[in-house]
Amino acid sequence: MDTSKVASSNTTTAATASKPKRIGAVATWADERLGLAGLAKKNLRKVFPDHWSFMLGEIALWSFVVLLLTGVFLTLWFTPSMGEVQYNGTYEQLRGVHMSEAFASTLRISFDVRGGLLMRQMHHWAAMLFVASMMIHLLRVFFTGAHRKPRELNWVIGCLLLILGTLEGFTGYSLPDDLLSGTGVRAADGFIKATPVVGTYMSFFLFGGEFPGESIIPRLYVVHVLLLPGLLLALIAAHMLLLVYHKHTQWPGPGRTEKNVVGYPMLPVYAAKAGGFFFIVFGVTALLASLLSINAVWKLGPYDPSKVTAGSQPDWYMGWPDGALRIMPGIESEFWGITISWNVMLPILVLPMLMFVILLLLPFLEAWITGDKREHHLLQRPRNAPTRTALMVALMTMYGLFWAAGGNDILAIKLHASINEITYFLRGAVFVGPILAFIITRRWCISLQRKDNETLLHGYETGIIMRSAEGGYSERHLPLPDSKAYTLTARDRDPVVDGFEVDAADANGLPAPGEGRIAALRHRLRTLWYTDNVQKPSQAELEEGHHHSEHEHELQEPLDGRAADGHQFDGHHLVDDESLRH
Amino acid sequence: MSTPSHDGGHDEPVDENLPERDDLYANPGLPEHQWRPTDVDPKAEKRAERQVATLFGLSAICTVLLVVAYFTVDVNDTVGNLGAQNLTLGLCLAGALLFLGFGVIQWARKLMADQEIVEYRHPAASSDEDRAATLEALSTGLAESGIGRRPLVRNSLLGAVGLLGVPAIVFLRDLGPTNAQVTKAQPYPGAGLEHTIWEQGMRVVRDVVGTPIKPGDLQIGDLVNAEPEGLFKSPWDGEPLEGLALQVGKSKGAVVVVRMEPDEIIPGKGRENWSVDGILCYSKICTHVGCPISLYERTTHHLLCPCHQSTFDLADSAKVVFGPAARPLPQLPLAVDSEGYLVAQSDFTEPVGPSYWERG
Repeated sequence: MDTSKVASSNTTTAATASKPKRIGAVATWADERLGLAGLAKKNLRKVFPDHWSFMLGEIALWSFVVLLLTGVFLTLWFTPSMGEVQYNGTYEQLRGVHMSEAFASTLRISFDVRGGLLMRQMHHWAAMLFVASMMIHLLRVFFTGAHRKPRELNWVIGCLLLILGTLEGFTGYSLPDDLLSGTGVRAADGFIKATPVVGTYMSFFLFGGEFPGESIIPRLYVVHVLLLPGLLLALIAAHMLLLVYHKHTQWPGPGRTEKNVVGYPMLPVYAAKAGGFFFIVFGVTALLASLLSINAVWKLGPYDPSKVTAGSQPDWYMGWPDGALRIMPGIESEFWGITISWNVMLPILVLPMLMFVILLLLPFLEAWITGDKREHHLLQRPRNAPTRTALMVALMTMYGLFWAAGGNDILAIKLHASINEITYFLRGAVFVGPILAFIITRRWCISLQRKDNETLLHGYETGIIMRSAEGGYSERHLPLPDSKAYTLTARDRDPVVDGFEVDAADANGLPAPGEGRIAALRHRLRTLWYTDNVQKPSQAELEEGHHHSEHEHELQEPLDGRAADGHQFDGHHLVDDESLRH
Repeated sequence: MSTPSHDGGHDEPVDENLPERDDLYANPGLPEHQWRPTDVDPKAEKRAERQVATLFGLSAICTVLLVVAYFTVDVNDTVGNLGAQNLTLGLCLAGALLFLGFGVIQWARKLMADQEIVEYRHPAASSDEDRAATLEALSTGLAESGIGRRPLVRNSLLGAVGLLGVPAIVFLRDLGPTNAQVTKAQPYPGAGLEHTIWEQGMRVVRDVVGTPIKPGDLQIGDLVNAEPEGLFKSPWDGEPLEGLALQVGKSKGAVVVVRMEPDEIIPGKGRENWSVDGILCYSKICTHVGCPISLYERTTHHLLCPCHQSTFDLADSAKVVFGPAARPLPQLPLAVDSEGYLVAQSDFTEPVGPSYWERG
């Protein structure tokens, strides 16, 4: 390869800019007023490591931008009012029907504003993408241990983004005031009324009187276009700032350590890739919106409190609490003239809040159990933290089962099963499933850890089957290349948990009063956290393993240079130059 | 090529507070940089350049087509069963954006420098000196303010600021009237959670059309969605209700009327005379979270809510036989008026719809 023609500048020093003077002049002008050169100097060539999984959060970011752009377009025609009008627009089937201005203007956007339907569908698809990518990004972060110190606060911000994004979705799809979304708002009124003590007050204040009132759509609108986007924007900014400050995590590998970050510079490569990716996300939502109809509200008609459609379901991300609501037994308490609706309160008010708090606390919980106060910038493979991985898989299983419960009627139809049986099954499954998932995942991770050690000690499987002189068959193993072996072993050993650990804060070795029980719990949890984990081999084990495979190698040496696949006899190919040992 | 490039003079690697690791293998360092074909082969480079420009060109063509389509494709045209306008605008926009994105990424992958560079990390925490200085400044500032020494000032300040939270909540009071206020003011017929528009003698009329129902109109096994006549003829002025009054009226007044063999009915206590010839009337609003209930299975007399699948047995005072609802559907006592039409004996005897705290 002739590398002499390559410009030496194709590395880390800037290539000669075409018109340095003009750019310089503009930069000088700006810097004299803003003084940003110091900041820009550090960040223009900021390093971002490359891995496909780091793109998931980017999808969320860009779909949010698509939401802002398409959302602004929609506000130009949408009328957030519950005032009653008679529809006289293009869509014949609903002409003459009385409906709210909100629904009428949604029909107008869909049928009379050119590109309106496209923007509506893009907005809805981008919202789906926004929530979905946030969730998958969250999973990626947790499974790889990117939530550990110093990134716990960014995890918290991310969780807030997820819940606000979900609320933003709910307020958004409620705005058209169609039959389905109105039914959703109707149910939400039921949830609010189930709040102890202040339920009816909250309901009456929110709806401006008795349900459905005349205020809910304009109020949801303000929340949807001003309050929540403002909060989301601020939190996204904070999320990104912290990302820049902490520098992105990276996978271990040759030259990649806890102390550095290796990757492409922001300018030009990362900026180009991320910028290009924005257009791809934008383009994909346009593609989805052009080909796949979403929320065809005109088929449902305007909201009517006395009507409902079969198979009423919220958007998918609201599905899991709805599922909990469906499978909850109908328990209600009445005493002293008051009513407590456990059947509504527990699944829809308490459970989501509880799950959210658990999610929020996960990094702190883990740090408390492990007692790990160190910074971590290298990612862990999910298998190397079996308990953590199993914990998240258990939560995912629970989520999935609740979500399935949210479609128990659809399941019953598709599976030709009884809805009652599906519901009874799910009532148990939401408790048993996560436990099973936890155990299976944990053992699975540990098996994978064993496999890694196996590969380290005895080499990788080459796929070459050897037949010995005695007629026995064996597979040839070869040692891993150094870079792969390094990557595989670039992980911490788990701490040895033996006896009570006294925290460093406790200088004189006496446990603080009342802390005994908590310390014992923590110790038990810590033991559980690490039990059965497989550590990477010790130096001695490694040497012995290598010695063993060298011995094997020697035994197989006579085969070197011999073609032994048998085809030398049947004339399939000439094998004189082939060797089994490369 | 494994020499790290120093970026912005960060040459002090972070070395504290990081996991200690016994490296079994020496760090092999960054792998040798591999030249791409476009780095070394001018032909490949030109080809990549043309590819990128072509993608940008395709994007521009799509944008032009997008504008053309905006002015030419009619909103009522269809392609297959898809709206032609949505399809063409969407595909053109998608093309314009995707080709642009692909072009930029192709540029980055093939033509921009692909040398990975190294930056050193620093601990997230500030240096000890900075932290000490900050704490020093903080305590100096606090000491100079005297906030610690003057609890009277501090506490009265905290109290005054905390008190400002009260108007922040109080000022939300006029978001809406309370249930008690609505019930007392009766701004529309049947206002308040304990009431509906139903009253003694109000006819049960068919949904949508508003025609009254005679017992003979119903056959055994029929279920009719019905509404109070008051929605079509206000009990106050005889005019049809509209707007808020209509919506609230529907949200509490909607009922289902079913007819079954009289001997199949298990009459509830005190409800022996609430039915007419095996005709029963129940609130259509689910007692779970308020969805209108609609799916009826005539052989079992079960009525199922499509929202959360609560199932009520209409033959047995609409008791819950399955699902998350806790209470039976309220029953409307029926009678027949002088002209032989179904009417209500009274309003519902309990609040309809979802439970709430003070429902009792």
